[in-house]
Amino acid sequence: MSYLLKYVKTSIVKKQLMAASGLLLCGFLLTHMAGNFLIYFGPEFFNTYSHKLISNPFIYIAEAILVLIFLSHICLAIKVTLENRAARPEPYYVSVHSGRGATLSSSTMPITGFIILTFLIWHVVSLKYGPHYEATYNGVVMRDLHKLVIEYFQIEWHVGLYILAMAAAGMHAFHGFWSAFQSLGVNHPKYNCCIRFVSKAFGVFVALGYSAFPIYCYLQGGN
Amino acid sequence: MSDQHNMRLSLKIWRQANSLSKGQMVDYELDGVSPDVSFLEMMDQLNDKLIKEGKDPVAFDHDCREGICGMCGVVINGQAHGPEKETTTCQLHMRKFKNGDTIVIEPFRAKPFPVLKDLMVNRSAFDEIIKAGGFITVSTGQAPDAHTLLVPKGDAELSMDAAQCIGCGACVASCKNASAMLFTSAKISHLGLLPQGQAEAKTRVLSMVEKMDELGFGNCTNEAECEANCPKNISISNIARMNRQYLCSAATHPTM
Ligand code: SF4
Ligand code: FES
Repeated sequence: MSYLLKYVKTSIVKKQLMAASGLLLCGFLLTHMAGNFLIYFGPEFFNTYSHKLISNPFIYIAEAILVLIFLSHICLAIKVTLENRAARPEPYYVSVHSGRGATLSSSTMPITGFIILTFLIWHVVSLKYGPHYEATYNGVVMRDLHKLVIEYFQIEWHVGLYILAMAAAGMHAFHGFWSAFQSLGVNHPKYNCCIRFVSKAFGVFVALGYSAFPIYCYLQGGN
Repeated sequence: MSDQHNMRLSLKIWRQANSLSKGQMVDYELDGVSPDVSFLEMMDQLNDKLIKEGKDPVAFDHDCREGICGMCGVVINGQAHGPEKETTTCQLHMRKFKNGDTIVIEPFRAKPFPVLKDLMVNRSAFDEIIKAGGFITVSTGQAPDAHTLLVPKGDAELSMDAAQCIGCGACVASCKNASAMLFTSAKISHLGLLPQGQAEAKTRVLSMVEKMDELGFGNCTNEAECEANCPKNISISNIARMNRQYLCSAATHPTM
């Protein structure tokens, strides 16, 4: 155990754990988006899907694992960021990027990460633990999440903040996805450009894909 | 070139008496700087002037002034070794600046690189990393015949690329996290890619990384500013190689 702990504390393994948890979170982003996507098929489809999901007893295990992944990613991020600050106690008088390395996305990882975390708390509190509506399909009573989200996104600033947070998530993944591979040591001239491209495309896809939901809901106009 | 091209520069230079005192930026005006001189020659010119005025000259590190020793290095206008790509401070020329420019000159900054005086920093931390594993064990005696050990061409190339690192510390200086990963990985790749470096390959990566962390360098966040500012264009693919070798070595090392 102490043997393991010794390695977990090193700069490299910390980053590798962040990479692995980050990639798993990318997977979560995709599955969550796929679930959300069902909203385009109408209330019955969306509600029966979400009912199946939340009434499955395994959901608690899945949620616990997800929370664990989030927490490890966040805790490591905080630790790494604090250590990095401590490594340069005296700041530079002027500091500019060369233009050949850092990007807006890479240099704002702690900020976008913080935005995502804040959003996450707001998101869970206001939707998962938000108002409880019910609907009945084929005699089964279930939570009417469709009504909840449509109603929720009638408020303009909800839409605005959601899109802002998704832009931050996209920016975070834009650098994070590629960075995870680099931390794990997956780097080869043969496929580097492919990973870079997928990383950027994934970031843009996340930002646009998720932003479409609140806009769609808003346009439903409370029906 | 005639004197009419000479420049007048405003310099903002970090002055600090020793590692314990607090430093500050001090303004200097320097006239008659030829565009043909190197950056360090411009600094010499300033120091001549300061000495004539009975003031303390600015301390800065330098040795070969040929771009090969890795001794020089300051942060110029926010960039380690200045604005030119793949160029050490000593190889930077004043023709890269314009008459009337303000040039901000600071030491490389990182906790493990304490300022000794003005622009001179103590980079012994790099020596500590090398001592931890940046070597190979060889039998003394007669030099072996050439080609006793065959090295695949591709490996030799990659190793030689990594071996170009001159240990200047610009990677640490330009990293927002003051991480020494580029330097450390260059040394690990340089030795680890060759057959002579195999015996200690696993121990090397584990020990050097452990030392690097212990010295207080930051964690890499893969921004590649190190590569961009490295005068020898050391690639961050070396960092990836170190990352995967670390993982493998940690999992399979027989004793560590
Ligand atoms: S990797 Fe480049 S910047 Fe870093 S010490 Fe070596 S030569 Fe200097
Ligand atoms: S003085 Fe030797 S590299 Fe600049």
